[in-house]
Amino acid sequence: MALTREQIAIRVARELQDGFYVNLGIGIPTLVANYVPEGMEVMLQSENGLLGMGQFPTEDEIDADMINAGKQTVTTVTGASIFSSAESFAMIRGGHVDLTVLGAFEVDTSGNIASYMIPGKLIKGMGGAMDLVAGADNIIVTMTHASKHGESKLLTKCSLPLTGAGCIKKVLTDLAYIEIEDGAFILKERAPGVSVEEIVSKTEGKMIVPDHVPEMVF
Amino acid sequence: MSGFNKVVNSYDEAMAGLEDGMTVIAGGFGLCGIPENLIAQVKKMGTKDLTIVSNNCGVDGFGLGVLLEDRQVKKMVSSYVGENALFMQQLLAGELEVELTPQGTLAEKMRAGGAGIPAFYTATGYGTPVAEGKDVRDFKGRNYILEESITGDFAIVKGWKADKFGNVIYRHTAQNFNPMAATAGKITVVEVEEIVEPGELDPAHIHTPGIYVDRLIVGTFEKRIEQRTVRT
Repeated sequence: MALTREQIAIRVARELQDGFYVNLGIGIPTLVANYVPEGMEVMLQSENGLLGMGQFPTEDEIDADMINAGKQTVTTVTGASIFSSAESFAMIRGGHVDLTVLGAFEVDTSGNIASYMIPGKLIKGMGGAMDLVAGADNIIVTMTHASKHGESKLLTKCSLPLTGAGCIKKVLTDLAYIEIEDGAFILKERAPGVSVEEIVSKTEGKMIVPDHVPEMVF
Repeated sequence: MSGFNKVVNSYDEAMAGLEDGMTVIAGGFGLCGIPENLIAQVKKMGTKDLTIVSNNCGVDGFGLGVLLEDRQVKKMVSSYVGENALFMQQLLAGELEVELTPQGTLAEKMRAGGAGIPAFYTATGYGTPVAEGKDVRDFKGRNYILEESITGDFAIVKGWKADKFGNVIYRHTAQNFNPMAATAGKITVVEVEEIVEPGELDPAHIHTPGIYVDRLIVGTFEKRIEQRTVRT
């Protein structure tokens, strides 16, 4: 079975380490915050200028001046800090954030990522995504493996305008966990009950399949 | 005005001198920390052919979105413009130009502009459409693109508290782009919720020192919330 949104979040959360500063993109990446392992402390960075994002406020706590990068009302955790956009992106561009999780439309075997623009259709802008992919060393891309029409999103070469070039090394799809190395996708783990053959058939770019590909356990 | 007193008493006075074709840098992220009354004043003045530098363009009927209603904006320099139907309509009809700029690059362009730095190299955008036509240079084995800084004829800024000398403090995440915008205007106008006497704010807590501020006005704010999310 393909992973659910929650399972994708749970699998990403296994990459967290105690003391990590983490930036989570909009959508599935946001769910990762719900699965921080017990006893582990992580601090969430929101690129509008907040380190130490907390949960949504109660009705009584709502404050128009307290939002996250998704423009949602939020709270702060104990030990949080608030700063300007320039300071926020100095953290991001300076490589100070330990883990970045974001979504994408396509990735390719050169580590390129396309996530912000579908020409003629979607022209909303890149927000902070280009800064995040260029600035972070440790990035996990979460996405569905193929489109609703069955077209692979793991390609030899991205077809859409790039968000970043050569910056992606880890991809978690609903079918597999994959690393990108030396111009190929390396199949590291597969979703429970999903065969290697299915993953390979839904991957357009070159994929290397090790002798043993463990199943994820939930 | 006398000495260091930056206070003006009307929005007409606050935006006096704004002319067609000028560049205006605006603070704010989404609808958070936007100079909503200064934007309303620009709408009232009817100034045309403006270039607006701001992370977003408000929403339909609020924030910078109101400047689209009478076609006052020629060009937007923004990182994300997705919340606005009128914006998309004018963009697709070719009536509005947009320069999509990565959010961190936009913040740095303002910061650099205000600090007298004409351009800087960044890895952000290398190999993407943002890099088109820009100088590329290798530093220590990695490619960077040259980005030019931004200054504006006006900067419009929303603060929380300021003293009469224009020393400003922002509240929570309403800070966002405001401190950089404040440094990058030939004329910087700040509107705040409260003006106090010099000496009442702790000098070490000032976000924007008064040297950057030309005009200061106290206003009342709607502070509309874009995504109202609560836990139950």
